[in-house]
Amino acid sequence: MATIDIRGVRKSYGATEVIRGIDCAVADGELLVLLGPSGCGKSTLLRMVAGLERITEGEIAIAGRVVNALEPKDRNIAMVFQNYALYPHMSVYDNMAYGLRIKGMSRAAIDAAVQKAAATLELTPFLARKPKELSGGQRQRVAMGRAIVREPDVFLFDEPLSNLDAKLRTQMRVEIKKLQGRLGVTSLYVTHDQVEAMTLADRIVVMHAGAAEQIGTPMEIYARPASVFVGGFIGSPPMNMLPAEVAADGAALTLAGGVQLPLGQSLGAEHRGRPVTLGIRPEHLHPGAEAPGALPALVDLVEALGADTVVHARLPGGAALLCRLPGDSAVARGARLALHPAPGALHLFDPASGRRLPEG
Amino acid sequence: MRRKVIFEHKLLPYLLLAPQLAITLVFFIWPSVQAMWMSLLREDMFGLSSTFVGLENYVRVLSDPGYVAAVRRTVVFSVAVALLALLPALLLAVMVDKLTRRVATYRVILVLPYAIAPAIAGVLWLFMFNPSVGIVAAGIRGLGFAWNPKLDGQDAMILVILASAWKQISYNFLFFLAGLQAIPKSLLEAAAIDGAGEWRRFRTIVLPLLSPVTFFLVTVNVVYAFFDTFGVIHAVTQGGPAKATEVLVYKAWYDGIIATDFGISSAQSVILMAVVIALTAIQFRFIDRKVTY
Ligand SMILES: Nc1ncnc2c1ncn2[C@@H]1O[C@H](COP(=O)(O)OP(=O)(O)OP(=O)(O)O)[C@@H](O)[C@H]1O
Ligand SMILES: [Mg+2]
Repeated sequence: MATIDIRGVRKSYGATEVIRGIDCAVADGELLVLLGPSGCGKSTLLRMVAGLERITEGEIAIAGRVVNALEPKDRNIAMVFQNYALYPHMSVYDNMAYGLRIKGMSRAAIDAAVQKAAATLELTPFLARKPKELSGGQRQRVAMGRAIVREPDVFLFDEPLSNLDAKLRTQMRVEIKKLQGRLGVTSLYVTHDQVEAMTLADRIVVMHAGAAEQIGTPMEIYARPASVFVGGFIGSPPMNMLPAEVAADGAALTLAGGVQLPLGQSLGAEHRGRPVTLGIRPEHLHPGAEAPGALPALVDLVEALGADTVVHARLPGGAALLCRLPGDSAVARGARLALHPAPGALHLFDPASGRRLPEG
Repeated sequence: MRRKVIFEHKLLPYLLLAPQLAITLVFFIWPSVQAMWMSLLREDMFGLSSTFVGLENYVRVLSDPGYVAAVRRTVVFSVAVALLALLPALLLAVMVDKLTRRVATYRVILVLPYAIAPAIAGVLWLFMFNPSVGIVAAGIRGLGFAWNPKLDGQDAMILVILASAWKQISYNFLFFLAGLQAIPKSLLEAAAIDGAGEWRRFRTIVLPLLSPVTFFLVTVNVVYAFFDTFGVIHAVTQGGPAKATEVLVYKAWYDGIIATDFGISSAQSVILMAVVIALTAIQFRFIDRKVTY
C-alpha cells in the first residue's frame, strides 16, 4: 500500500515562498497529475517528495511513513527527469542496472530484471548502446526503464514528455498510462500541458502560484472549475470570461453591452445586484435563432482547424468571445450570430476573489 | 543554413595571422632550429670555433651517468608534482562546487597563487622553509624532525616539489571546477534516487565524467613539472644541494649557461622537446578517444 500524503507543505527559498501550503493525497495505485503554468512550483513540490529539496514546513509521508528527514535513496522512489538524466558514460543496460547493483542484487537477478524491463519497453536491441546513440523517444524509454526495474513504491515524473515532438508525445503518453495502470504503481506526474494532464490523470491538482487551486478528476475540473484561473487554464481554447451583473431578481445576468442572460436558477439575495464574472466554454456556445437569452455576436475572425472551427467574435459591449463550432460550419467574417449557451454551462465566479460562486 | 566565410582579399588572412606567426617564429621555431643545429656541433675550449660532430653530443648525454640520474630524479619529481597538484585541486574543486553561495570569492582566492611569478613563489617557499628563519621550518623542527633543505637533498627535493605543486593547484582547480560544474546536477540526483551515496556518486558518476579534464590536466601538469618549474627550482635550491634537485630542464640550463657546453646543453634541450611533443601527441590521442563518452 504505497500512498503519498502531502500535509501543509510549504517551501521558501530565503524570503520568497514558492509553495504556500499544499495538502493532497495520492491513493495507492493512483496517478495524480500536478498541473500548472511555468514557475508555479510543480517541480519544487515533486522534488520535495523525492527528497531533492528540503521541506520548509509541513509533512510528506510515503506509504504511511513520514519521509521529511529521509535521504532520496531511503524513500524507495523512482524519478523520470525532464532531460532524462541518463548516465552518459554507461550503456543502456548499465543505466538500468545501476540502482540494482547498488541494492546488491545478484548478477542473474539484475540481468533478469533489466531484460524484462527492456522487453516491456522494446529496448532490447539497444541495451549495448550509449544514451547519445539513441533517439529522444528511445532515451525517454530508457529513463522509464531505469525507473521500473527498481520496482519502487512510487513513480515521480517531472515533465517526462516535454522534450519530445508532438506525435511522439501523444504516443508515449498512452504508453505511460498503460504501463502505470498495469504496474499499479502510485505516481505523481508533473506537467504544464493540460491535454497530457486530462488524458493521464486519475485526478489532477491544478496549481497556481504555489498553491493548489483545485483537486479533482479531469471531468470534475473541466465541468466545475473552482476558480477563474482553473477555468481559463483547463480547456482549449480557454473559457470565455465576461464581466456581468446579477439582476435584481437573482435569476438573470446583465452583460456589459446590456445583453440579458437568464440563469435558469435563482441566486441567493447576497448576490443580487452584485458584479460577477461569467465563464462560458467556447464549445458550449451554439449558434441558433435570435431569441432572448442568446448572445448577439459579430464575427471578427474564423479559424478553420479541420475538425473544429474557432470563431473569434465580439459582443455589443465590445467584449471578445471565442466560440468553437463543428468543422463544417460555414461562418464568415462579419456575420452576425446568436449564440445560445448550452444548459448548465454558465460558470459564475466572484470577481474579487476569483473563486466559483457556491451553487444555490 | 550555414554560410562559409569567404575572404575577399587573398592577403588579409595572412596579415591577420602574421603577428602570431612572427612570435612563434622568433621565440619558438627559430630557437628550436638553432638548438637542433647546435646539438650537432662541438665548440673548442675557448668557444672560438665549432666543428660538426653529428650525433656525438647525444651519445655523450645519454651515456652520462649524471644525465641518467637526472632522468630518474625528474620522473620522481614530475609524478610527485602532478599528484600533489592534482589531488588537492580536485578536493578543493569538489568542495567549492558544493557551495551554493560565495563561489566567486573562493574561486578568486584559490586562483591567486597562479598569478604569482614562479621566482616569487619560490622565494616565498624558501623563506617559509628556511632552516634558520623560516616559520614552517621552525614548526617542522618543533615536531621533532630534522629539517634542512640546504644540506639534506631529500628535504630539498620535498621543498621544490611542494613549491612547484602549490603553484599549479590553482590552474588545476579552475579546470576541475569547470568540469564539475558542467556535470548536470540531475545526473547526481538520479544517482541519489537510485540509491548511490555520496562517495559512490563521486566514484561512478563524477570521476568518469571528469576523465577528459583529468587526462588533459595530467599531461599539462607533467609538462609543467618538466619545464615550468625551472623558476621555482632556481629560486629555491639552484639544483642543489649536490645536484639533489637538478631535474632535466635545470641540467640543460646549467650545462649550457654555467658550464658553457652548448652542444651538450642543446642536445638535452632537443631531447626534452621530443618528450613534450610525445606527451602532447598522447594527449591528443586520448582526447580524441576519451572526451566523447
Ligand atoms: N533554488 C531556487 N532558489 C530560488 N528560487 C527558486 C529555486 N528553485 C526554484 N525557484 C523558484 O520557485 C518557483 C517554482 O519553481 P518550479 O521549478 O517548481 O516551477 P515549475 O512549476 O516546475 O515550473 P516549470 O513548468 O517551468 O518547470 C519559481 O518561481 C522559481 O523561480
Ligand atoms: Mg518544472
